[in-house]
Parts: sequence; C-alpha cells; structure tokens
Amino acid sequence: MAYTTFIPSEFRVHIDKDACIQCGRCVQQCGWNVYTWDEAEKRPIPDHNKCVACHRCVTYCPGGAITIRKNDLAFKPSDNLAPETIKAIWKQAETGGVQLTGMGNDRPYLRIFDHLLLDACQVTNPSIDPLREPMEMRTFLGRKPDSIAVAAMVAKNEGAGGYRLVTEFDRQLQLETPIMFGGMSYGSVSLNVHRALAMAAARLGTFMNTGEGGLHADLEPYQDNIIVQCASGRFGVDSSYLQAGAAVEIKIGQGAKPGIGGHLPGEKIDYEVSITRMIPQGTDALSPAPHHDIYSIEDLRQLIYALKEATGYKPISVKIACVHNVAAIASGVVRAGADIIYLDGFRGGTGASPTIIRDHVGIPLEIAIATVDQRLRDEGIRNRASIVAAGSIRGSADVAKAIALGADACAIGTAALVAMGCHVCQKCHTGCCSWGITTQRAELTRRLDPEWAASQLVNLVTAWTHEIAEVLGALGVNAIESLRGSRERLRGLGLDKTTLDILGVKPAGL
Amino acid sequence: MSRSPHLRGPRSEFAPRPKYREESEHRILGNCGLMGVCDESGTRMSGELALRSMASMHDRGNGLGGGFAGYGIYPELPHLFCFHLMYNDETARDDTEYYLKKHFRVVMDEPIPTKSIRGIENEPILWRYFLDIAEERLQETQLTAEDYVVHAVMDVNTHVDGAFVASSGKNMGAFKGVGFPEEIGEFFRVDEYMGWTWTGHGRFPTNTPGWWGGAHPFTLLDYSIVHNGEISSYGINRRYLEMFGYQCSLQTDTEVVTYLFDLMLRRHGLPVEVACKALASPFWKDIDLMPEEQGKLYTALRMVYGPALLNGPFAVVLGMEDGMVALNDRIKLRPLVAARDGDIVYVASEESAIREICPHPEKSWMPLAGEPVIARVSEKGRRKAISRSGASAGQRRAAQRSSDSTVPAVS
Repeated sequence: MAYTTFIPSEFRVHIDKDACIQCGRCVQQCGWNVYTWDEAEKRPIPDHNKCVACHRCVTYCPGGAITIRKNDLAFKPSDNLAPETIKAIWKQAETGGVQLTGMGNDRPYLRIFDHLLLDACQVTNPSIDPLREPMEMRTFLGRKPDSIAVAAMVAKNEGAGGYRLVTEFDRQLQLETPIMFGGMSYGSVSLNVHRALAMAAARLGTFMNTGEGGLHADLEPYQDNIIVQCASGRFGVDSSYLQAGAAVEIKIGQGAKPGIGGHLPGEKIDYEVSITRMIPQGTDALSPAPHHDIYSIEDLRQLIYALKEATGYKPISVKIACVHNVAAIASGVVRAGADIIYLDGFRGGTGASPTIIRDHVGIPLEIAIATVDQRLRDEGIRNRASIVAAGSIRGSADVAKAIALGADACAIGTAALVAMGCHVCQKCHTGCCSWGITTQRAELTRRLDPEWAASQLVNLVTAWTHEIAEVLGALGVNAIESLRGSRERLRGLGLDKTTLDILGVKPAGL
Repeated sequence: MSRSPHLRGPRSEFAPRPKYREESEHRILGNCGLMGVCDESGTRMSGELALRSMASMHDRGNGLGGGFAGYGIYPELPHLFCFHLMYNDETARDDTEYYLKKHFRVVMDEPIPTKSIRGIENEPILWRYFLDIAEERLQETQLTAEDYVVHAVMDVNTHVDGAFVASSGKNMGAFKGVGFPEEIGEFFRVDEYMGWTWTGHGRFPTNTPGWWGGAHPFTLLDYSIVHNGEISSYGINRRYLEMFGYQCSLQTDTEVVTYLFDLMLRRHGLPVEVACKALASPFWKDIDLMPEEQGKLYTALRMVYGPALLNGPFAVVLGMEDGMVALNDRIKLRPLVAARDGDIVYVASEESAIREICPHPEKSWMPLAGEPVIARVSEKGRRKAISRSGASAGQRRAAQRSSDSTVPAVS
C-alpha cells in the first residue's frame, strides 16, 4: 500500500503481548507485509497502514493473540461527507489516479432479494416432506423447441403409450442442481482455485466457468463440466480450447464493470499464466472494453454462429451486465442465436474494477431477471434461451427467489471464493491475497489445497440444494420447474408499487 | 390490457372491463368431488346417471358450486359450435349477441331450458347459441375454426362486461352454477339430455365466491375439466400459457388445466397419453432407468413442457370429443377410483359414487399416480349414435339451411 499523507490507517492491529508466543507465524502468513520481526525484542511489529483486515494472521496465530480493530479515529460527523468520502478525496488529490477496487459493490443500495418473501402451503394443499419424497433439481440449459413431435412406435410396449420422440434437440447443459460457478479467470485467481472449482463442478454435476484467462492443461480431465469463455481479449482461445468446453460463453460485460475492459497487471502473468493465456510472460493482459469484432447485434450473431460451427453446435452462452436497457438487449441476444443468456447484476464481483464503475453503473439483478424473463415471454421466445442469474447470490434464498422471478439457474463467484477462505477484504486487484486465492505468488497460492477447497465447495452447494428442496417442499411442489418463473409464490415487502409492477410480484397481503 | 402478438382473431368492440359482478377478487382455493362416465361404444346415456353419482358425494361439496358436462347431447346440430352463455343482465346479452353476430353465423339461439328448484337462486340469464364461421372470416384472419373460436371465447370472457362463456364445443355443453351438484343438475334438467360421456363436479371452495361462472367444469372448445385439488404451480403454468396467447382471467387454477390440454392436444398435436406424461411427469429417478427411446421422449417432454407440469395435489377428469381422461398428480395426493363394466368406463373421487350407478363393475381399481385412465369413443360409434338419435341427416341439413337464410351474415 502506498502511504498517503493525510490518510490514517483503516485498521489497527493489536497484539496481546501476554498471549503472543513469539513464533513469528504472523510475519510469515501476512501477504501484505504488515509485520516485521524485531530481532532485538523477539516480537512482531505491525504496520497498521498495510493491514486490510483479511484475518489471515488472526486465523493462524497459535496464541490467539491478534485482534484487528477498525481505526475509530473521530471525524467531524457528516452524513454527506463521510470519512470514506474525505479519504477518497485525499487519496486522489495526492495521486491523480483512478480508484481501483476488488469484489462486488458494497454500497447500501436497496437489496431487493431481502424484500421478497416466499410462500408456503397450509391446509388446502399439502406441503411435501423433502426428506421422504423426491425433490427434483435437474435443470437443462439451452435452446428448446416450442413443442415436440412424436410418432407411434412399432413395438407398443415402450414410450408413453407407444410413442417415440421425433423432434431433434439442440445440445443442452444438464445440471443436477440449479447452481453453477461463475467465470473467474486463471490469472485473476490461482490455478488451485480453478482446480477446486473444476473438481467440485464435476462432483456436483454442474459447471465451472474458465473466465477469460484460458484453460490450463491440468483441467482437461474435467472438461465435460467446464464452460470456456471467449472474451474481448481472446486470451487462451484457439480451436482446441473451444472444443474442450461443454459450452462456450461470449463475455460481453460484467456486472461489476459494465462497459469496461479488463487489466491483469504483468506481475500476475507468470510462466503458467502466460502459457495458458497465450501471451508473453510479464506483460499486462489488457481486455478491450468492446469486442473489436462486435460493434452491433449482427456482429454478435456472426460470432455466435462462428463458435457454433467451431464446436459442432455446442450451446453458446452470452454474458451481459445488467444495464438500464437489459430486456431489449437480451431479446436481441436471444434472437442473435444465444442458447443461454447470463445476466450479471450490479453487485457482481470482480478481480479489479474502477470504484466509480463498480459502485455506480448498472441495475439490480432482480430487476433484470424479471424484465428479461417477461420480455422474452411477451415475444414468445422464452424457450429459445435459458437465463442464468449471477451477481451477488449470497445464499439459497437468493437462488430460490431468482428462480421464482424467472431464472433457470444461478451462478456464484464470490460465495465460492468465500467458501475457500476468502474474507472479502476487497483487495483482489493487488495480487497479495494472503489466502492464496487471487494471487499468483507461489508462496501464497500453495496455501490453498485444491482437494480441501473442492470439498468446501461441494458442501456449500449441497447445503444450498438441500435448502432449496426445503423451500420446494413448503411450496408443495417437487420439481424446480414448478418454482421457475412462478412469481405468484413471491410477495414483496416494503417495495414501492413501480418496483413491484416491474418485478411482476404482488405486495404481501394480496 | 396488453394483447399477445399471437392473437389475431376477432376483436372485441368493448374496453377491458372489471371482474364479473359477483366474482371474488381473489383466487379461489377448493377441494371437491368429481366423476366421469364414458361409453366407448358411443351409446348415449341419460345425464341422470351423472346426477345420481354426484348426489352420493353430496358431502364432498358445500353447495357453492356444481356442474356437469355432456358429450353427444346435441345430435341435431353436431357440426356447429354450441356456446353456452351466462349473462348478468340484458345489456351483457345485447353486447355479446352483437359480438357473436358480427363474427359468426348464428344458426340458432334459444334460452337454456331450466326448472325452478328450491335452493337455486340468483341464476344468471342462460342462453345457448349454435354458431358457424363464414369461410371468408377464416381466410381473413388466417386462423383455423378452432383458433377462431378460442379467440372469441377469450374476447367475450375478458372484454364483455357481465358475460361468460360456459362452454364452446361441438355437440357438447356444460351446465354449471352455484348450488349442490344434484340441485344444479335438476335445475338444468340434465336428466333430459343423452350423451356418451358425462362428467360431474361438486365444489368445496374455501371462501365464498357465489359466482356461477366459477363452478366446474371449465371448458374450451370440446375440452372440459372437472378438478379436485390445487395447482401449486399455477403461477408458472399461467405465465407459460400467456406466452401462447391464453388469458387466464377467472381467478381459479382449474382454468390452466383446460388451456394446457387445449395447447398440447389441439395446437401441438400430442397424443393424450403423451400430454398426460408432461402434466404429471414421472420422476427423473425413474426416467433414468427407462429404455433409451422412452427415456429420450420423457426427458424431452420435461425439458420442453416443464412449465406445463401440474404440480400439487389434483385429480382431474378431462372430457373431450372422442372420450374421457382421468389423471392424478405425480404423487397421488387426491383420491381417484376407476372401474370398467363392458364398454363403460367410470371414474370418481369415491368408489361409492361408481357403485351407485354401476353396483357390480367387472373391475375397479385405484389408478397410480400420474397414470391416466383413458376411455375412447370411436368415430364410428359417435356417428352411429348421432344417426340413431332420431334427427335424420335431412332434418339437420334443413335446420342448417333455414338458419343460413334467415340470419344475415354480418361482416
């Protein structure tokens, strides 16, 4: 961290001298070099200015001697010019630079998910016990026909009353739970993170997403459970990469930074990353803001069909950030041939983004799901594409509500990282992650055991899936498709009428 | 009211209206008794059978709704669409008749014959119309006759204040209202009609609608549904149907069952066995063990018709032109018993309701969850029944000719 004249440290590190056993582990664990070892006194000396409150030292201190406190330095109270605002001005006055940050939007905007309540059965229809009855989560992503055609079979003993399927289907992604992992590139996260995501996806019967950084050779055994991404920088994209994935995702935008490209600093481009991304070692990896071959919807159509041709017609997903006109954009994307539309809400995470973009651009995911689902229905093309919702899905309740609003499945990024130990310190862009997640420094990345991290992910998604089964049972249905788009089972609490109308949800009490 | 881009049918002249006068503001939940009987040979039976069977299940209803559907009941005019209408008042009737005359050839219209019964009160004005569609109208709208009728029914039901189409099929009709089913049956003189299929329903709504249109059966074209249970997936079923231009405006979940059958059977051309497997689909754990061809079909059904899956407790009896289908939900949360005696197939909520009208059936059984009971009346049987009905083909032609000349076609 650069020192800035006026800015006091954000946190204070306190070491209880009685509890400290002087082992020096805090010095070794901190990726931010907060601690220096005082040889004379045989004790660690913290530099408060460097601390980001990632709690790595707290977690690993054998004596339990370390406490991180907010530096409660008093500012003259002002609701308008809060301490964070004043500090931001000082920082920029001194550096003249754009503020960068990591993870998702942390500002106190309305969280619509927290104002939606689910229904349950009482008396007139029975609820179903998910521990005794099957609860079906299987989900297919991809283009479906409007209707199917059947033909009578010669042997009458098979099929529904002796019929067989005539209609040819486009390829689909089959998920055993409506939760998948969102795109996080190798480079922004470590290879061990990618390994853990891929292993977990395979064990769960769902999918991980490479993000835009290519596919490392070590992940090839898991390719049936991997969606490969093709973003504006085209890092790591060649024909074998495209063919390796179960599906290809064209990344147009990201919820945390709509309209912005990406920048992975050269320090993070080590040998393995450079091989995977197909760029020279140590050079900055710059993703342009737009795809330079997509300047309108007809160009997107060409890329979609080029990728379909290149992959033998695997499903093509198009990821867009939720912006004001998202419904019309989504309609165009579906008409351009996308099989899956991936909506990333304004709270979605990032490895690095200008703070102004992360905190002030885009619209809430809940609104985007509702308007996109309704728009596709109004146009009679809802079955042509599946909707994946992402952008700060924090728990199974968010998944259930997103699906009830109209999503086919949800993708998680930040929640997956938290399951692996991330403490949401929002410093992913620095490459110093003490937890070994968003860094390429070997001494840090080796801290994350992919086998352990995979089991954490499997446990998390399994737990959420159980919880969604509980919700379905309470709703008296036993298949996820009966919740999907069933906004009748949602009620709004404390939302204004316009928002409720847009969501297609009644207020509680009606 | 926003109109689906798929609808290009007859347009109403009237502005969107409020709900029916006595209709509940809220969706009505309910539990009920139901029955169905179908003679596969096409031999016609008196509606008295259905009436007696329903009377034995008196306690399954609470007097807030009863109804019957009969098939083969209008053999004199079997090729005309018969609209059964309920009107709040004469204005509703004038408005509707203006609409019908504008879009159809009204071959014949008359009041539906009724009988005064103690306990049946506040009945709406009841009228029936035998309608034909001019070929030019179909060419103009590029619709099939059936789609044309569907649009007209939706138009009247959602746009004409105080009017409700109770049924709209050929050679069939629905008789329903507020009261116990045996009272409603007597009121409509159901015992005086002869039909090869009859379904009946007694209702136990959990609030008090007192609306005649809200009783079962719910119908569209030849399809009629009587239903016991609640569709917990109503929200998505309704939104799925809206994509295909169906407007669900009746505050009841049974409506979606009727429309789903219309969509899958008539518009998508699926055999009824296959449609039933989409509405009450088998579990993945069973599909995964099926032979390849079968598994492929069931997987496809769930992928495409997942939003049509009827989830929640239900037993329904579908009446249609060529027979009857009874279906339970996928884990059988509502009662349904079936029996067969010779050519006659019986279904009912309780076995006693079958034994009431057929004391010793050859066999009776509990249909499994999601396994449809299907009775089919062959076309030959139906033709024979129509020709045996007493109205000669010559009479029918004469009736049609004379109406053609007396009713001017309104363009």
